[in-house]
Amino acid sequence: MAKKSLRRAQQLAGSAEQAVRAAATPLRNFGFPYRAPTVPRGVEVPAEITGLGAHYDTGWARRPVASFARGLITEGPIRLATRLLTNPEIVGHDRLADLARLDDPPALIFAPTHHSHFDTGLMIRAIPVVWRRDLVVAAAADYFFDKKWKAAISALSLNAIPIDREVTGRASSDLLAALIADGHSLVIYPEGGRSQDGWGQEFKGGAAYLSSKTGAPVVPVFIDGTGAIFGKGMKRPKPGRTKVVFGRPMLADDDESTRRFNARIERAVTTLGDEALTDYWTARQRAATGDNPPLTGPEFTGWRRDWALADRRKLGAAGKRRRQQRPWPDLG
Amino acid sequence: MPRPGFVLDVDRSTPPMLFWRGENFSLEKLPADRTRVIYPPEPLPGIDDVDGAIRNALLNPLDMDPLPALLTPGMKLTICFDDASLSLPKMRRPDTRQRIIEAVLELAAEAGVDDVHLIAALGLHRRMHDYELRHVLGDRIFDAFHPRGLLYQHDAEDYDNLSVIGETDEGEVVEISKRVAESDLVVYANINQVAMDGGWKSITTGVASYRCLSYHHNPATLQNTRSLMDRHHSALHHSLWRMGEVLREHGPKIFTVETTLNTDTFPSPFDFLAKREWEWTAKDRATFLATQKSLDRVPVKMRRKIMHSIESPYRMTGVHAGFTPTVHEKTLENVYAQHLVDVEGQTDILTMGIPYICPYNPEGIMNPILVMCMGLGYLFNMYRGKPLVREGGVIIMTHPTYRDFHSVHHPSYIDFFEEVLPDTTDPAVMSEKWEAKYAEDEWYRHLYRTGNAYHGVHPFYAWYWGAHGQQHAGRVIIVGGDAPTVRRLGFTPASTMNDALEIAADVVGRSASITHLHVPSVLVADVK
Repeated sequence: MAKKSLRRAQQLAGSAEQAVRAAATPLRNFGFPYRAPTVPRGVEVPAEITGLGAHYDTGWARRPVASFARGLITEGPIRLATRLLTNPEIVGHDRLADLARLDDPPALIFAPTHHSHFDTGLMIRAIPVVWRRDLVVAAAADYFFDKKWKAAISALSLNAIPIDREVTGRASSDLLAALIADGHSLVIYPEGGRSQDGWGQEFKGGAAYLSSKTGAPVVPVFIDGTGAIFGKGMKRPKPGRTKVVFGRPMLADDDESTRRFNARIERAVTTLGDEALTDYWTARQRAATGDNPPLTGPEFTGWRRDWALADRRKLGAAGKRRRQQRPWPDLG
Repeated sequence: MPRPGFVLDVDRSTPPMLFWRGENFSLEKLPADRTRVIYPPEPLPGIDDVDGAIRNALLNPLDMDPLPALLTPGMKLTICFDDASLSLPKMRRPDTRQRIIEAVLELAAEAGVDDVHLIAALGLHRRMHDYELRHVLGDRIFDAFHPRGLLYQHDAEDYDNLSVIGETDEGEVVEISKRVAESDLVVYANINQVAMDGGWKSITTGVASYRCLSYHHNPATLQNTRSLMDRHHSALHHSLWRMGEVLREHGPKIFTVETTLNTDTFPSPFDFLAKREWEWTAKDRATFLATQKSLDRVPVKMRRKIMHSIESPYRMTGVHAGFTPTVHEKTLENVYAQHLVDVEGQTDILTMGIPYICPYNPEGIMNPILVMCMGLGYLFNMYRGKPLVREGGVIIMTHPTYRDFHSVHHPSYIDFFEEVLPDTTDPAVMSEKWEAKYAEDEWYRHLYRTGNAYHGVHPFYAWYWGAHGQQHAGRVIIVGGDAPTVRRLGFTPASTMNDALEIAADVVGRSASITHLHVPSVLVADVK
């Protein structure tokens, strides 16, 4: 009887050990069919359409209920966060006054600089109301649309449209062109992504291409200060001040290539950047001689580049960070 | 397509007419069968691409080389611009002057011009507040030039910085700002709201000295100015054009940019003011009643604040640049296209409502002297050919005419009212007896130069502005004005329009013809 019980216990212990070992064994130790099959050499598997990334369908986010919800989000949390964290000064709306006054203002392509995730919320708040209502934002497909929940939040709250950063995706550009033709204005960051080191990056031709394709004017925009508030790599935001400068709407000349038009847009934003940090006349004079400080910063690398960035930030809105209220102590 | 102005014969079915009463308005029933109302033309359509039109004007000027050809590195460039007396009410941003000056500065920057000054051509008007300069020029220009001292306001009393250019055949000395005189090129950015503005008047009054202005701002000249809106029959403009000739021969090169506006004056909800009364919708009538009753119930200071906060949605109807007289002729064509209304014959009684604003009280108080200036100076002069009212006829104005002055803007007006008007209302007499005292008063001079006060002599000029009307009219009646104040002006007070017509009957008889000048908007009656 005792022997029988002992054998039974040994069997149970063995089963338990086996179960624990099976549970502890990583999935990777199991082969097909527990894992995806390996692909034989020389065979090309057609890409699966996942419904995420650039293929995410944002149509639902432009339906009336979603638009209404976005209106609440824009006027509520986004407005509040923008006010509290970035305290923006918005200038240059007068350059858009002629278009804003029209009965049916044309769709515009806003091409701002990009230093922070806050830029989009800031732009949504800064763009005049006549264009804000039908605004879409080109957002990186690989960052904002890689998970369903991220994609849904981006589409709902920002009316974001996924766009391929690495590959020129025809689907993205066709969708954006169709939306512009449908009367939606667009925010697209010509730099393609947030600044890596606080300085700007070279402009990609997306805004110029879409403008040439649709005939919508491009509005150059310079945003100053968001990089210091919540730039790439920062763990938490440091509230400060920002300045958003809108430029004059631009259209490609008759015989102007997309590349040249893109270069002109970049020069316009560079001039606005100079205007934001110095003044209108100085920026115009330097623009005439091609001496506006480049957005991409000095050509040297390393600490001297960081040093120059600190100097530049002192000139801008971010240099005027709000001070903590420290009243003098009452010494009786 | 905007409808032209027209003359309406009032019959029994004509609704009461809108009259301004300072910061409020009223509806007055005018007698049927002997009254006509002159309605202004509707606003002309504006230019859609304003910046493009300005740039085109700068590149294709009249009788001058294109602006880029006149700009060279190392030159002295001075840009002058009209002050806050234009436009009225102030226009929505961006102001036309900002657009012109930005276009000029962009060309100047491309040409490598470093030495640029911006001067507000004030004449003897008050210095503008910083917020007014920002409104006129925009933040960009203000922030770039004002802190460096390159944007400033003309000082007609700074004799160290004034320069004599020459003398006309009639002995008028042309004395203007030294910076302007010594510039290689002067660009004048103008707004022409009425035909009186612009041409040589801009620079020969805007950046001139008191001495220079006194040659034409005097009773004799202004009594022979018939009218201010018709420069070919205006002694004032003849004098200015003589001075312009001196400037052309001996002064700096002047590149004038003149713009014209339509008459789209009042934004919603005040847009009913420009409508014809029988076309008022139920919403217009409700808005009128709500506005009138509300304005009646708020303190006058708040009423003023509300009305002065109105920004007009004016649209630009034309822009021309180049040689001053050539440009001005084109400008006048545009202005007249907007303002002229053909009118047959004169009238015995002319009625008009006086608004809350005139060129000398932007952001300020319409004091009694300015009521006279607006009625007899500006509105009376809204004619070409013959005055609307016959000589010896009666002018009836509606305005509260309170005895209230802006102590910062109009200090010398207060003393003028208390000291000069009890003595005389005759422009010639006050010119002889009192003008020099006010013009040379050190305190007024100090306030004009360092504060925001009109020049000490300015109330005299405002009074002279109405000299022709005062001389022409047999009687002037103000309906609804403070009686002692109205009497001080030499006018007759009346409580209601019917009372005023009864009083007028003593002068022109009981069956006198009546003409009502319907403002807003602005019109110029072409009286045959």
